[in-house]
Amino acid sequence: MNMVEAINNALHNEMKSDDKVLIIGEDVGKDGGVFRVTDGLIQEFGEDRVIDSPLAESGIVGFAIGLALYGFKPIAEIQFMGFLWPCLDQLSSHASRIRNRTWGRYTVPLVVRAPYGGGVRALEHHAESFESILAHIPGLKVVIPSNPYDAKGLLISSIRDPDPVVFLEPKRIYRGFKEEVPEEAYIEEIGKAKVLVEGDDLTLVGWGSMIPKILKARELMLEKGIKAEVIDIRSISPYDYHTVHKSVEKTGRIVVVQEAPRTLGFASEIISRINDNEMLNLKAPAFRVTGFDVPFPYYKMEEWAMPDLDRIIKASRQVLKW
Amino acid sequence: MFQIIDSNGKLVGLDPNLDEKLLKEMYWWMVYARMADDKALKLQRQGRIGTFPPTTGQEATQVGSGLATDKEDWIFPAFRELGTYLLRGIPLEKMFLYFMGDVRGNIIPENVRNLPMYVPVSTQIPQAVGAAYGMKLSNKKNAVVCFFGDGATSKGDFSEGLNFAGIFNTPNVFICQNNQWAISVPRKKQTASKTIAQKAIAYGFPGILVDGNDVLAMYLATKEALERAKSGDGPTLIEAYTYRLRMHTTADDPTRYRTDEELKEWEQRDPITRFRIYLESLGIWSKEWQKELETKAEDMIKKAIEKAENIEELKPEDLFSYMYLEMNPSLTEQLDYLKKMLATKEIEENSEKIEGGFP
Repeated sequence: MNMVEAINNALHNEMKSDDKVLIIGEDVGKDGGVFRVTDGLIQEFGEDRVIDSPLAESGIVGFAIGLALYGFKPIAEIQFMGFLWPCLDQLSSHASRIRNRTWGRYTVPLVVRAPYGGGVRALEHHAESFESILAHIPGLKVVIPSNPYDAKGLLISSIRDPDPVVFLEPKRIYRGFKEEVPEEAYIEEIGKAKVLVEGDDLTLVGWGSMIPKILKARELMLEKGIKAEVIDIRSISPYDYHTVHKSVEKTGRIVVVQEAPRTLGFASEIISRINDNEMLNLKAPAFRVTGFDVPFPYYKMEEWAMPDLDRIIKASRQVLKW
Repeated sequence: MFQIIDSNGKLVGLDPNLDEKLLKEMYWWMVYARMADDKALKLQRQGRIGTFPPTTGQEATQVGSGLATDKEDWIFPAFRELGTYLLRGIPLEKMFLYFMGDVRGNIIPENVRNLPMYVPVSTQIPQAVGAAYGMKLSNKKNAVVCFFGDGATSKGDFSEGLNFAGIFNTPNVFICQNNQWAISVPRKKQTASKTIAQKAIAYGFPGILVDGNDVLAMYLATKEALERAKSGDGPTLIEAYTYRLRMHTTADDPTRYRTDEELKEWEQRDPITRFRIYLESLGIWSKEWQKELETKAEDMIKKAIEKAENIEELKPEDLFSYMYLEMNPSLTEQLDYLKKMLATKEIEENSEKIEGGFP
């Protein structure tokens, strides 16, 4: 399955096994979503559970919070991350804090799905990556898969999670590649990073859309005898720093790669924690390769705005030569 | 405007023939809410509770609508619904706790289907619609009542929420407490619409303008809207035309933006006074009964303050324990840090020098 199919399959599994699970979003019904992620679900589960909503993002998330408070497990789809901004009030003022402000009397088991990121020659406002803003909201979980297998397992965990989860889907790899994905339900634990490839020379860290680029960079460097360890963070909130720190203790060198703008991106948090805990294990400063502090550009300039193989390899060379 | 008794307490609408027990209950909750509000204002001035939004003047809106609900109906409030809050079964000490800056004020009793107060204006509206959709999907014959003020009707979530309600025909009753002022901004600067009730037409369901200082009118209008909602006929918007006799919150000074004349005019329409006159005309109200209610309320208020002021102390854990069902490693670290800092605290905020040395 590719990632779109794996996510569709996860939604199908969960809707079938739990009638409290429902989907709401723009064009999620008849149209099957603009990326066809919810394709076929309305035919099987009906329009009461696969709800084509009016065009109102804050309303969608607010409505979904109400469903969650009442005991349902809603999955809200926001068509593109660039349209998630109006939902920040509902997410930060309510979804993220109702458990805390009522000491568990009320909870919001909600999932908000949104495709994010650039590289698909999309229109303006269709290629944003502001995951660090979401991770900065205490009480949310922010999950970002990088492959079909994880996408399914992490989405099922997110749906079953008793707390609100924002599930960001790297649309550049929606149909990028296929891999073996079981038909039956399975879970991947939220808050556990995954070491994708082991290595001793340096640690390369990323999430979502950056992972294929990082893996490719590793492959190229291997030809020169450099063995990089590659870690897929998978969830930036909660963040599994133990796995990253363990790797840095071994390699002493780290490059963090993020598509999002540079200043105050999640790479900054990763490096800050290394500063707190791993300073003496570093053989070189912790580096980051990031997007720029500009709005995600129109597509003629989009390749300039994103970390690429060249930049990842140059940063790696710098930390290795230090 | 729908009205049963006018501001002189005279029956002007159809006699609803409500039973005496209910009439007495209406009066009791209004008196109790007013007295609790008076006391809260005093406590705030003494520094025993923090900033809070007084409710005086709006008791009929809150009590009339609240008493029309069933226990199984849900309520999504804003933050000025003390009358509804109390009559639904939330103990008064919870209100005191909340305004004492104690999060435990939000722990609504398990059997009460009320959400805690919503501070960000209008954000509760789409949530109330989602909950009502869930209710409908569960085939429950109940409804969701959602409160907000006149200011909220200017916001996007009002529009989005009511639009969803119209489309999905949800069992909702929207009650706009139009108290004429959103802090210093008058109702006419919130909307060019002649009434707030008429906004419902645009969303495809009925809106009704009700005298919000007439507890009987509020009760009957809400009852009817709830029946509509529960029989599958969809939502209703009720504009409760009322007035905030006090400040927006205790941090506000209304003399900066409204006149004495206006205030005096609305004091003449006090919801409690007019209902008392009406009850007196029915032979239900007497001075002795009034005294009895006041003594009971005073006693309950005193006990609530005692409970709120003597609640056990909060622990550092309480800051972190309820963020997620399970605490994550980052939060555990932050809790350990806070505990360590509190246990080893040596420098107070007003310290002039550091006692200990540096390595």
